Amino acid sequence: MAAKDPAHPRAAEPAPAKKKGLWAWINERLPVSDFFRHELTEYYAPKNFNFWYFFGSLALLALVMQILTGIFLTMYYHPSASGAFARVQFIMREVRWGWLIRYMHSTGASFFFIVIYLHMFRGMLYGSYRRPRELLWIIGMLVYLALMAEAFMGYVLPWGNMSFWGAQVIINLFGTIPVIGPGLTQWIRGDYGISGATLNRLFALHVAAVPIVLLGLVALHLVALHRVGSNNPDGIEIRDHLGPDGKPLDGIPFHPYYTVKDIMGVGVFFILFALVVFYFPTFHGLFLEPANFTPANFLSTPPDIHPVWYFTPFYAILRAIPNKCLGALMLLMALVSLVLLPWLDRSPVKSIRYKGWISRLALAVFVVSFIGLGYLGMQPVEPIYVILARVFAVGYFGFFWLMPFYSRIDPVKPVPERVTYHAH
Amino acid sequence: MPIKSRRSGRSWAPALLAAALAVGFGSAHGAEGTVSGAHWRHWQAHATATDLPSLQRGARDFVSYCLGCHSLRYERWSRLGHDLRIPKDVLIADLIPPGQKPADYILSPMPRQDAVEWFGKAPPDLSLIARYKGTDYLYRYLKTFYVDSGRATGSNNLAYPNVAMPDVLSPLEGLKVAVYRTVRERALGGKVITRKVFAHFRQIAPGSMTPQQYDRFVRDTVNFLYYVSDPQRAERHRMGVWVILFLLAFTWLAWLLKREYWKDVR
Repeated sequence: MAAKDPAHPRAAEPAPAKKKGLWAWINERLPVSDFFRHELTEYYAPKNFNFWYFFGSLALLALVMQILTGIFLTMYYHPSASGAFARVQFIMREVRWGWLIRYMHSTGASFFFIVIYLHMFRGMLYGSYRRPRELLWIIGMLVYLALMAEAFMGYVLPWGNMSFWGAQVIINLFGTIPVIGPGLTQWIRGDYGISGATLNRLFALHVAAVPIVLLGLVALHLVALHRVGSNNPDGIEIRDHLGPDGKPLDGIPFHPYYTVKDIMGVGVFFILFALVVFYFPTFHGLFLEPANFTPANFLSTPPDIHPVWYFTPFYAILRAIPNKCLGALMLLMALVSLVLLPWLDRSPVKSIRYKGWISRLALAVFVVSFIGLGYLGMQPVEPIYVILARVFAVGYFGFFWLMPFYSRIDPVKPVPERVTYHAH
Repeated sequence: MPIKSRRSGRSWAPALLAAALAVGFGSAHGAEGTVSGAHWRHWQAHATATDLPSLQRGARDFVSYCLGCHSLRYERWSRLGHDLRIPKDVLIADLIPPGQKPADYILSPMPRQDAVEWFGKAPPDLSLIARYKGTDYLYRYLKTFYVDSGRATGSNNLAYPNVAMPDVLSPLEGLKVAVYRTVRERALGGKVITRKVFAHFRQIAPGSMTPQQYDRFVRDTVNFLYYVSDPQRAERHRMGVWVILFLLAFTWLAWLLKREYWKDVR
């Protein structure tokens, strides 16, 4: 019946039961066919996905790319304080295609964050964190936290001077915890200061521990997604309108529709990626910083220490607060606020399409604040920048903490019964 | 082949001597000195790693004037020869110091311990200096040495104040002194303070090169260091075009495929 349904002309027909052959032999023992049917050919996604919906699959692509290029880098890299910097140069200059693998890995890290930030922003635009997707959102946030840890540790490995001093600053954040702080930082470093011992353990965590956690969390993220189904730009549930065959009327099978669409997205992603890898691998000091082209030196502090661009919004919040302990706490709160989003949003509608001007304005303030903080986090500490960072920090936290109030009084628009889709 | 050996026995010692002499006779030459450097902060290197003759001259000049103290420890002689199209026999005859092989890394013969004793710090490795400091900085640095009798080396630098390196290129560039003007400023609280601000350089002794020749010398050296900082840059740029063309074709096909499938979605 499904195959004849005009809404799903290419929906997978139930696989004719093959009784013989290797495929049948495998499927009797391992549910390969069932898995593909359940997760791809009969997993129904809303048909009205727009531009913002490319970034989920692109994040998965970035993860796979980082793991593959990382494996090759691990074959040549030495995590020693005396050899790490030279080893990266060895990879860049003497290992065949080493420069390509390394630039793919370093550019991949930045692209991963670009994709993740756009993916998260999509969630905020269309209320993808709202019931029943709260856990999906929280698992996604855990992926983000693991990714931040992974990126920080990876940044230390080339053992440039900014690696060294960045590690110093970030690990010292744990020192702001009352009572246990100093002992904790020493335990993390494995030494009294950042040293070869620290480098070795960060290497172990970067190539083994955190990737395992990341992969596990990403798998959970996908399982949770397929349990509740994807949200869409209208923020309404396609499962509320089922056809006579029990399939969502506004849904289309993920495969082949979204697989072919995502392949196109992959192509565009790789074009932009190749532009950077081949022509702007340092991206004007944003992806690979000048201060990291000189080896780690504990006697020479760079004139102005700041993390890579994807951490700078949080770094700006940290620096905007005069008390170090309070600053670290606010940094933590900046992340916790994101996690709590499903319970902060009290709007009767999910999508920004049907939210009122207050929510739209609030989201705009958030975007400006986040980008503003990101810019300021890269600038030297000057009074005017500190004041601006405080203004943006208020914008950032205001978006979250005032949401329970403004989302309730926001004049929302009526939500349509069915998704908005114009066939091309 | 634009490569010519100019490996002279010059080191920093004669430069020091010249600087000391120049300080002594400075006033005698001063009147006829040309003026330069007023806008040194805005000088740009316009570095390129594709100008092969410039890179070859830069390699020659590096060996003649820099290698005495500075290494390129991540670059091998053979790689240099290959990338800059320098034939192996020329490489061995004119560039590689006696006792080193083409497969060796480009290392300075100066013992590190001695260097620390002489200059207070070891001269830095220059493999990545163009990426660390930038090519504009290198250009400004090599063109803003001036005579400063207050320094042990007899010279100082605008781009890197109180640098430990002596003005080893003064035999080429000649000697120049910094001329300052006095600026009066009202500080916080209304107090008027005076401050000396660099105005320009005045040439006090000619070098073996004209200013134009020296400028080209510096540009060649900066181009060379720009190449060394990222030796596969040219290869990367050549390859990137094809990769992106392939990806454009791939994406176009993917778009056609997507359009075909999505025809049925209403």
